Amino acid sequence: MATYTPTRMVLNQLKGRLTTARRGHKLLKDKRDELMRQFMDIVKQNKELRKKVEEGLTEAFTSLSAASAVMSPQMLEQALLYPRRTVDLDVTYKNVMSVNVPQYSFGESGGTEDIIPYAFAQTSGDLDDALEKMSSVFSDMLQLAEVEKSMQLMAEEIESTRRRVNALEYSTIPDLERNIHYITMKLEENENSTKVRLIKVKEMVLQKAHNYSV
Amino acid sequence: MIGGSDTVIGFKALGLDTFPVNSDEEASAAFKQIFQAETDNPYAIVYVEETWAEGLSSAINKFRSDPELAIILIPGRDGSKGLGLQALKDAVEKAVGSDITGD
Repeated sequence: MATYTPTRMVLNQLKGRLTTARRGHKLLKDKRDELMRQFMDIVKQNKELRKKVEEGLTEAFTSLSAASAVMSPQMLEQALLYPRRTVDLDVTYKNVMSVNVPQYSFGESGGTEDIIPYAFAQTSGDLDDALEKMSSVFSDMLQLAEVEKSMQLMAEEIESTRRRVNALEYSTIPDLERNIHYITMKLEENENSTKVRLIKVKEMVLQKAHNYSV
Repeated sequence: MIGGSDTVIGFKALGLDTFPVNSDEEASAAFKQIFQAETDNPYAIVYVEETWAEGLSSAINKFRSDPELAIILIPGRDGSKGLGLQALKDAVEKAVGSDITGD
């Protein structure tokens, strides 16, 4: 605890800081609560999405395994060597309670609706299946990326906000209050001793002038 | 997308850039390769197969608070190892102070 010189100026300064700290504490607390609320929503969303993605992928991989069982690895690789389209990802940022979370939107270029980049003659039907499933799970994967990243970023923000709230609540504000109390007491004490001194002086002066005692 | 060659092959057809890897070393090499071009930041999302995520965890953690890059774990061919869910739990624990996801 830092020591302060017990003067009125310092007292005023400390009082100002206390008001600011209290206001900041309240604001940060509100921020933390709201962040927490949104965070819980996101966590729930994330859980559902992840489940969906994991299920979808497992299904797609099953089809892919079936395809690779029928086709030789070289054939498979050849069939998928040149994708018909490319994915363009656009990232914008949204501000949620001072946390910048990414928003993804993707476009596909390549022109065709069809995702299958090979001829049907030499490939297994399971491969078509696998690709179809993958492409349907892919939009969920993007959303998952968005939600999961938001979740991570918000978790960090909540943590630091919580630290700041706690620091204010348990350290800064009590410290300030203690110091203010100390200075107030000290000032009062000074005032009292001045008063006593004056009374004493008055007594002495009276005695000297009129030989008079109170 | 970083993953085993048979995992990523399907995503290649979807138009994603894929980095097939078969060992931890290859995985970290692929990771480095991705971030070499970091100046113009070519990727916003990197999907990493869970199988290789463990070897990359320190690199992955580094990007956790970077809003410009999301690293998302996806289950591999052998099914989910629960690492993705673990990431969720970690985040919850960090934010709340204890794991309240309920399972």
